[in-house]
Amino acid sequence: MTAALSIRNLEKTYDNGFRALKGISFEVQPGDFFALLGPNGAGKSTTIGIICSLVRKTGGQVSIFGIDIDRDFPAAKRLLGVVPQEFNFSQFEKVYDIVCTQGGFYGMPRKLAAARTEKYLKQLDLWDKRGVQARMLSGGMKRRLMIARALIHEPELLILDEPTAGVDIELRRSMWTFLEEINRQGTTIILTTHYLEEAESLCRNIAIIDKGDIVENTSIKSLLKTLNRETFILDSAESLSKCPELGKFEGRLIDENSLEVTIEKGQSLNALFATLEEQGVAITSMRNRANRLEELFVSLLAEGKQVEDNK
Amino acid sequence: MNTTIWISFATILRREVRRFTRIWPQTLVPPVITMSLYFVIFGSLIGSRIGEMGGYSYMEFVVPGLIMMSVITNSYANVASSFYSAKFQRSVEELLVSPTPNWVIMAGYVLGGVARGLIVGLIVTLIALFFTDLTVQHVGITVAIVFLTAVLFSLAGFINAIFANSFDDISIIPTFVLTPLTYLGGVFYSIDLLSPFFQGLSKLNPVLYMVNAFRYGVLGVSDINVIWAFIGVLVFIGFLFGWGMHLMSNGKRLRH
Repeated sequence: MTAALSIRNLEKTYDNGFRALKGISFEVQPGDFFALLGPNGAGKSTTIGIICSLVRKTGGQVSIFGIDIDRDFPAAKRLLGVVPQEFNFSQFEKVYDIVCTQGGFYGMPRKLAAARTEKYLKQLDLWDKRGVQARMLSGGMKRRLMIARALIHEPELLILDEPTAGVDIELRRSMWTFLEEINRQGTTIILTTHYLEEAESLCRNIAIIDKGDIVENTSIKSLLKTLNRETFILDSAESLSKCPELGKFEGRLIDENSLEVTIEKGQSLNALFATLEEQGVAITSMRNRANRLEELFVSLLAEGKQVEDNK
Repeated sequence: MNTTIWISFATILRREVRRFTRIWPQTLVPPVITMSLYFVIFGSLIGSRIGEMGGYSYMEFVVPGLIMMSVITNSYANVASSFYSAKFQRSVEELLVSPTPNWVIMAGYVLGGVARGLIVGLIVTLIALFFTDLTVQHVGITVAIVFLTAVLFSLAGFINAIFANSFDDISIIPTFVLTPLTYLGGVFYSIDLLSPFFQGLSKLNPVLYMVNAFRYGVLGVSDINVIWAFIGVLVFIGFLFGWGMHLMSNGKRLRH
């Protein structure tokens, strides 16, 4: 099957000599919901910039559904929609005009562009704001406006660069539902985000990029399987004056009602609860200290840093 | 031109026209006020004491120059400010990520500038009719030179916007280059009034050729050979179009 996105040995060195990408390679399959993660400055936005022609690559190959961007970029662009990290529309144009005009840039007849504009503004709850200048919208509305604009030509591959940054939790969840729906309808989605919970709940496959290199590229399921330890917060029913004896478990008292306990892979939670029960400590609730993907993400980046320090 | 390219081009042009008509108090009104003042002060008050120039009353002489001046400044300013604003707000990325070819992007913006230049030129012409009678001697030459001049200065505005890194940068060329060239380009006087040295110097000014070709179209008199004006304008358009295309495809100032 032809990959929705194929990146081979992609390199980018900026004019100031900074090597943003050091020959990365990965593929995204059609229909996938793919997470491209990495810390700030890792190279995510540079990669997206190259895919959509805003950044000129120094080397390597990029193909969108088998179309090499060096051979026929316009054809590749027709299959691609991009929601950038920064707001990049005219603040003085009306919401309707921004979306409908983008249809025109893709060569869509006015009638079709108008129909699609109505469809996506309604789906993204912006139809009531269609006559408002973009600068009057809230941050969340501006993000949804960029999604509507990116969908106007109904691309096969949609890339979202931190689409939920600065968006409140309720709106974020409604955007997730919307993105899941268009993914179900067949659109391949690549998502970059700093909310790892978002990546874990939406995406099936993942690439983690750090300092211009891919440090992990696998399915989220297999990545989570490699998690060797998880840290939980346990809330006790009664106040604790000191940390109970935890036996083979590692832990500490965070405050008089909360314990932080680390469970190694293979250890049984039942054993932990038995140990606590023996000491008369009743646990009323427990939760992960951090998102599981976040723990992995942090450990992967820490490993990378250690390797670099040892060099 | 295939359909999709034509739609892209028409979309850019429509957006440009929508932009300058939306902000009409900034784009269409100021040239009307400025030119009306020129007509009153230079044409009526001072002009009546100057007498004839080139065989015509001073008002008749100065009107084609002032129309041309408004076309030049407005077509330049429209593209320079619109394209730079698109760069500044990053809305130019809407176009750059689309399949629209570079030449269509440039053509759309340039025709937007031409549209504003010609609309302002038309308004100024209508105002001029309150002050003098205008009978166009050579319609074809008049229309062709005003259109080509608007194209040329729209292209120049486009290139200025590509190079500009701040709003100051789009006012430097109009202030320090365009205004002196226009004022010294035979808008207000015939170069016959100048000494041979300054006549020769004036002939190095491209604006002189455009203003005189337009004046020839309207009045039938010119300080220069009109053929040279057309050749010069076409050569400049070719050069600026090539330069603009190079900057767009090289992309250093638009893409990282």
